[in-house]
Amino acid sequence: MSGPLHPQISLYAAIATRSFRRYSTYTAATLAGIFTNSVFGIILSFAYLALWEQNPSAGGYEADQAVTFVWIGQALLMTVALWSGGSTDDLAERIRTGDIAVDLYRPVSVLGWYLAADLGRGLYHFATRGVAPAIVGALLFGLVTPSVVGAAGFLVSVVLAVVVSFAVRFLFAASAFWLLDATGPRVLLSVLATFFSGLTLPLNLFPDGLRQVALALPFASYIQTPADIWLGRHTGLDMIAAIGLQVLWAVVLLATCALVLRAATRKVVVQGG
Amino acid sequence: MVDADTPAAYVAHAVRSYWLIALLWIRAAMAYPVSFWTMLVGGVLITFLDFVAIWLMFTHVDTYGGFTLREIALLYGLTSIAFRIADMLVGSVEKIGRYVRSGDLDAMMTKPVPVLVQLCADRFELRRLGQIAQGLAVFAWAAPIVEWSPQRLAVLVLALVSGVVIYFCVFVIFSTIQFWTTDASEVASAFTYGGNTIMQYPMTIFPREVVRSLTYLLPLAFVNWYPCLFLLGRTDPFGSPDWFRFASPLAALVLVGVTTLVWRQGLRRYRSTGS
Repeated sequence: MSGPLHPQISLYAAIATRSFRRYSTYTAATLAGIFTNSVFGIILSFAYLALWEQNPSAGGYEADQAVTFVWIGQALLMTVALWSGGSTDDLAERIRTGDIAVDLYRPVSVLGWYLAADLGRGLYHFATRGVAPAIVGALLFGLVTPSVVGAAGFLVSVVLAVVVSFAVRFLFAASAFWLLDATGPRVLLSVLATFFSGLTLPLNLFPDGLRQVALALPFASYIQTPADIWLGRHTGLDMIAAIGLQVLWAVVLLATCALVLRAATRKVVVQGG
Repeated sequence: MVDADTPAAYVAHAVRSYWLIALLWIRAAMAYPVSFWTMLVGGVLITFLDFVAIWLMFTHVDTYGGFTLREIALLYGLTSIAFRIADMLVGSVEKIGRYVRSGDLDAMMTKPVPVLVQLCADRFELRRLGQIAQGLAVFAWAAPIVEWSPQRLAVLVLALVSGVVIYFCVFVIFSTIQFWTTDASEVASAFTYGGNTIMQYPMTIFPREVVRSLTYLLPLAFVNWYPCLFLLGRTDPFGSPDWFRFASPLAALVLVGVTTLVWRQGLRRYRSTGS
């Protein structure tokens, strides 16, 4: 596996590192974000506690698991760029201005470039706006901790969450190739992602039918799947199946991204760039 | 400066300026009617899912914090209408930091219209009517549980007006933080959007300290909690004085005073970036 693969990997690592550092320059914004995530975490924790006081096993969760779910949600919403943001926003902007033509003729895969940048961003947001509010949550409410296998599975699941979310955002941003302005689709996406990721309410609390649909959608990969792995709801083969579904979505969506990009490239050429 | 010799003339000038700038942006938006109406309907759908989440909670419980779904819809509707109207009226105040960085704030300082009016009217978004409509729809669905009387109607109207003023002030107060740190706009969201979220739930699910803070520090409880207790004919589980139910205008007035002070301090603190 040596040879041509190695320089590619170090290139993507360099892109991810630069992206990480780019976000780390906005210290005040990060601190402000940690504060806001914590405030919402506290509000939702009380909201969930009141629900679980009435129904101590709603959705198959115990009260302390439900509160932990809240803080995992707050930790992951910026990590997966639930409300957009991240490298796909740059992509949409570059499509609008026409700068995308430059990207398309670089000797690097456009998809790989933007994915690497988004992973760097995701890592920064996870390390700051993920970890810090979770500490606040642990101090104020006490959180459920996972087994070692659960923690490892969680981390794998979070990386896949970023990849799936990236691919979805990439597709919505790519709509700008045809619509020129991707604002409308982006608003729609943030609504769907908020509701179907489990951020507002764990998907296991959805009524039958809607629940099965929601769990099968790629948005479940964002928060619901990593959270259930952390909480020990998916163990052994079940965990492998849950992660497998994330991998499946990642592969299918990235392949779709590649196809869309190829179609878009032809369009850019026809337009003359 | 302006022909604003009396406070009344000053306010009239400010309102007129606001309206003229807002009208400009409404006309601009109406130049693309399809886009405008899509966004408007989109706004209804977006906030609709917001309430669906609360509705889904009720598939697992019969009452929540001692309140039924319709009673919570009443709380939800009242805070949503007030919050979304305020959100529409404050426009770009949330983006002060961006205006400071770009130097646009300097340009605003030289114009004969108060800076706050310019900021609020800038990029006025009429399409936010969609979100206000969602709040109205939820409220209308809840309204039949109230035994309406002229007195209750009066409390409702006062609460709505006060609620808009209170949220407007919260938007302005916490946006001024950006005069000190231009890229900390998210702190404001914790109090504005966070404030709206917290008021969607009955106060009974929160510890007493939280309810006290929302009464005496940041008087959001006067937006819907105390007026709704009156509309529903319920006594306050936290034992607050009965007159709190009618005190929404008082809370709004005090907050206006605080906001004026904070805003002036912020503007005084402002130093151009020179860009």
